[in-house]
Amino acid sequence: MISGFFIFNQKGEVLISRLYRTDLKRSVADVFRVQVVSNTDVRSPIITLGSTSFFHVRVANVYVLAVTKCNTNAALVFEFIYRFISIAKSYFGKLDEEAVKNNFVMIYELIDEILDFGYPQNSEIETLKHYITSESVRSETALRDDSKIAAQTTGSTSWRRTGIRYKKNEAFVDVVEVVHLLMSASGTVLRADVTGQVLMRAYLTGMPECKFGLNDKVVLQNARRAEGETYEAGTVELEDAQFHQCVRLNMFDTDRSITFIPPDGEFELMRYRAESSVHLPLRIQPIVTEVGKTHVDYTIAVKANFNTKLSATEVVIRIPTPLNTTQVDCKSPAGKAKYVPAENLIRWQIPRIQGGSEVTLSATASLTQTTDRKPWQRPPIDVDFQVLMFTASGLLVRYLKVYEKSGYNSVKWVRYLTKANGSYQIRF
Amino acid sequence: MSQGAQDGKFFSRGKLQEIREDLHKALTKGDKKWDKRKTILKRVLANMTMGNDMASLWGDIMECLNTPVFEVKKMIYLYVMNYARIKADQIDPAIRSLLQDANDRNPLLRALAIRTLAYIPLPIAMESLCDPLRHSLRESDPYVRKTAAICVAKMYMFDHRMCEREGLVNSLRAQMMDENVTVVANAMAALSEIQERGDTQLIKLNASTALKLTVALNESSEWGQIYILEALMNFVPQRPDDALALGKKLSIRLQNTNSAIVLTTIKVLLYLMNYMNDRDEIEELCHKMGPPLVTLLSSGPEVQYVALRNILLIIQRRPTILRNDVRVFFTKYNDPIYVKLAKLEIMYRLATENNYKEVLVELGQSAAEADVDFARKAVRSIGRLAIKVPNSSDRCIGLLLELIKSDASYVVQEAAVVIKDIFRRYPSEYESVIPQLCAKLDLITEDPESKAAIIWILGQYADRIDNSHELLDDLAYTFLEETKEVQFALLTAVVKLFIRKPQEAQGLVAKVLQVATEEVDNPDLRDRGYMYWRLLSSHASAAKDIVLVNMPPISTDTDRMERGALDQLLLHTASLGSIYHKNPEGFIRTARPKYLADSPALNSTSRAVLVRAPDLNAPTQLPAPASILPTTPSGIRELAGSPLLGDIGEDEGAPAPMSMGQLVDDGDGEDDPSAGITGNGAAAERTSSQYDPYAELGAVLGAADGDDTDSARRREESEPLF
Repeated sequence: MISGFFIFNQKGEVLISRLYRTDLKRSVADVFRVQVVSNTDVRSPIITLGSTSFFHVRVANVYVLAVTKCNTNAALVFEFIYRFISIAKSYFGKLDEEAVKNNFVMIYELIDEILDFGYPQNSEIETLKHYITSESVRSETALRDDSKIAAQTTGSTSWRRTGIRYKKNEAFVDVVEVVHLLMSASGTVLRADVTGQVLMRAYLTGMPECKFGLNDKVVLQNARRAEGETYEAGTVELEDAQFHQCVRLNMFDTDRSITFIPPDGEFELMRYRAESSVHLPLRIQPIVTEVGKTHVDYTIAVKANFNTKLSATEVVIRIPTPLNTTQVDCKSPAGKAKYVPAENLIRWQIPRIQGGSEVTLSATASLTQTTDRKPWQRPPIDVDFQVLMFTASGLLVRYLKVYEKSGYNSVKWVRYLTKANGSYQIRF
Repeated sequence: MSQGAQDGKFFSRGKLQEIREDLHKALTKGDKKWDKRKTILKRVLANMTMGNDMASLWGDIMECLNTPVFEVKKMIYLYVMNYARIKADQIDPAIRSLLQDANDRNPLLRALAIRTLAYIPLPIAMESLCDPLRHSLRESDPYVRKTAAICVAKMYMFDHRMCEREGLVNSLRAQMMDENVTVVANAMAALSEIQERGDTQLIKLNASTALKLTVALNESSEWGQIYILEALMNFVPQRPDDALALGKKLSIRLQNTNSAIVLTTIKVLLYLMNYMNDRDEIEELCHKMGPPLVTLLSSGPEVQYVALRNILLIIQRRPTILRNDVRVFFTKYNDPIYVKLAKLEIMYRLATENNYKEVLVELGQSAAEADVDFARKAVRSIGRLAIKVPNSSDRCIGLLLELIKSDASYVVQEAAVVIKDIFRRYPSEYESVIPQLCAKLDLITEDPESKAAIIWILGQYADRIDNSHELLDDLAYTFLEETKEVQFALLTAVVKLFIRKPQEAQGLVAKVLQVATEEVDNPDLRDRGYMYWRLLSSHASAAKDIVLVNMPPISTDTDRMERGALDQLLLHTASLGSIYHKNPEGFIRTARPKYLADSPALNSTSRAVLVRAPDLNAPTQLPAPASILPTTPSGIRELAGSPLLGDIGEDEGAPAPMSMGQLVDDGDGEDDPSAGITGNGAAAERTSSQYDPYAELGAVLGAADGDDTDSARRREESEPLF
């Protein structure tokens, strides 16, 4: 298991250092500094030297590091680091050098609680927040609460405490989809899939039983469908679905129902993946021609392929240019297009594209003479965007039912968002 | 919550004297709300973090022990854990305070006290822990019990005799039946670790207790689920039905968002499959694994990496998983390099008659990428693909020729190496490409492997290349400066040339033989030189039959890891071992080998290849380096992922636990000069397996090559760091 936990800044200075086992010395930090922080070509998130393994994740300007001396479960170590990062973000608003330094005492307190002898312990944010707080002047009256907390962190619904009260019972559901596209130069879709998340913010009194329904036909391979079989219109086929630990997986296994007692506040209820009939919101048609050795001509057409009532926002299209580009002349009727020499690309930013509309950029890049014999690699065009109230998979929330023994009424809201973030790539 | 905290200011070197004076003031002149103490302790902890020695404040800080505030206590205990060893003689007040807290009414404080006490690596601390710990293991509050469970493991690591003598291990075993699942999970974690260190099997499970644990999984926290799943690896099914029933119950865990739960579940399922006999049911379970594995690829890059390295192992054992999913492994332009490299290997492995066209397009893209290492491996994969999928070879050759037009030297070098292999696989089919390759000869410099490859081609096809004697003559000019690998290749190629074109090569062969026998220090090379010399001078006609013998074709059969070794390696799914494709005892000093246990339920295929624990009474024999060399042409092994594949194979033959020393031997074995012999059948193909393109993957120092392992070990031993 984990023998030591560290946080470093970019200079390799130790911001947090906690050893859980005597098989490690503090000076192990020096090894990490040499091997990773001051190494410009780190080619793995795990480095093993002798029997010592370093697992690191970089966030903003800090490195979060776990060190082990045994054949540790590597997935567990990284999941733990990810969890630590999300806890820190939730507590401090962000995780960077400043936040770590300003809250180092609390970080020590947290990692003493969520990691015991290197074994991750209950790390539910909502639960932790009830007993690891900055204003921890504790009096005798807190004692009864402490017993309750102790019971909760070990209980069967460790993610929710009892006695939660809200005047207004509300639940917000956000369906967030990330579209991945890889399109070949000839315009065929090499890969298109959606990874979705159902995020929930539950502000509900007591111990509510929730039941959640989608317009899905979860294929999940165990109900393997016969070749060519189709489903009723309006349903979506999911390749896979994974759930927060509050969801009763045995119920899901028997009748596909998603039932749970939610944690209080914000959490990720479900993660899913869809591959069939992915609806690509933006269609990009690039025509890029190299004119001799002096120019490259670009015509990039973008078509918004969705309902005219919706629109894509924060569209950023990055169009690579050859390394020996001197200047680029851009003409676009919509948005701003600008050559960014440092990144070797044209950055075309369009604040809003209405559904059904089409915009085109034409540009010419001028090249200098070069002695480099290597042809231009042509990295893919990359598109970022967001479309609100649209799901690329077609997934919809059918219902969210809330039952609580006091029988209150609750208000439920649902929102959809489809986005691409470095994952929508078109080769040309 | 506490965005307002401004503790950053404490990160500056504090003067001990100043801190001490401030502390005295706080202790004597009143400290409202204990704020002064908090501030001072924060300063101490910040300095401690920065590595400034704060040990001399020990006495002063001990005086704050009676502060009845949680936050202050936690800070003091952190300080105590850090300096306890140095201040062993003054530890008493701290232990007194901890023992007192261990009896507090507040369960959180009780737990904090025993947790901290167990972190103090001193005999006196451990002795005083015994009583409260024994009590805590049975007390009413589950939070304290779950903390106590881990404390037993801590104490065991410190002094296992005391731990056993005090009956704590037995109490811990009783906790396996605790009513609270968190306690059960922590007890499992602690017992697993103690079991790994000790000699006794502590977690004994039968079919019904194993099924009971699956019920506990439903209520367990995510980490607890992992501990319980790991513990289930101790269950050896005695009947196939038991394995199946448990497997079915566990398969729902694949739907969890935590990748560690998914991978650990897969580990248990793959393990249990060895004890199942219903093929349809096994397939059914395999089918359930595919989608969650793909979903892991939408996690963070670090988890993706772990998943990919595991997938590479899993699909070798269970090829139906992900069989149709090659597209999800296409690389993204912005994937980190380690993810790209891992995907590349999987792409090659999933390539078939049906999808090779798409895969080739991908490999072509990859070969054009800026990262040299990645591009090289992509080129190599194209060559491998030609050999693996015969129908693809035309396209592969076409693509390779396209790529060498780029004139990037590393591409040409890799292409030379794989084209040589393609010639071996499809003799006389692609000789027309020789001129195009020879045209790029000037780009093949420095890299010995590609140089040896092109030399081999020049020798082998000497009669079909008009100026082969001139080219070889040029190459032989620097004979003495070359690596031995190239020298061997040159020697053989020149002899071949002489047999094919005696007129043109007479002078050259004499020159090379002379240099090889008179000016070279390497005895093997000299011997080879003498051998050729005598052969040519005494039996010139026999020389032709020997040197130009028809070589056995190469194949990719050896790509695959041995089934039994795979079964063994898959017992480490999700762990470091599965990332390096190496049994942990091979690179971690304290690790113990794991073996698939035999039982009546073990299915016949798994039993046939069972890797057994070595018989400790039998004399252990170290395999001679020569035996590591395959006796049949090994063909291409690179893509099997680990440079230490050979070790695993070897491990099978003589399943003595690997020591680091043996690893080093292997490295030497790989450098065995006889490997350079070309044209002599058996050992010829070693050249292609010498250089492993994935050797550096994961930057595993131990895995890179024998020498590095050795130096890493030396470094580790010489520095008191670890």
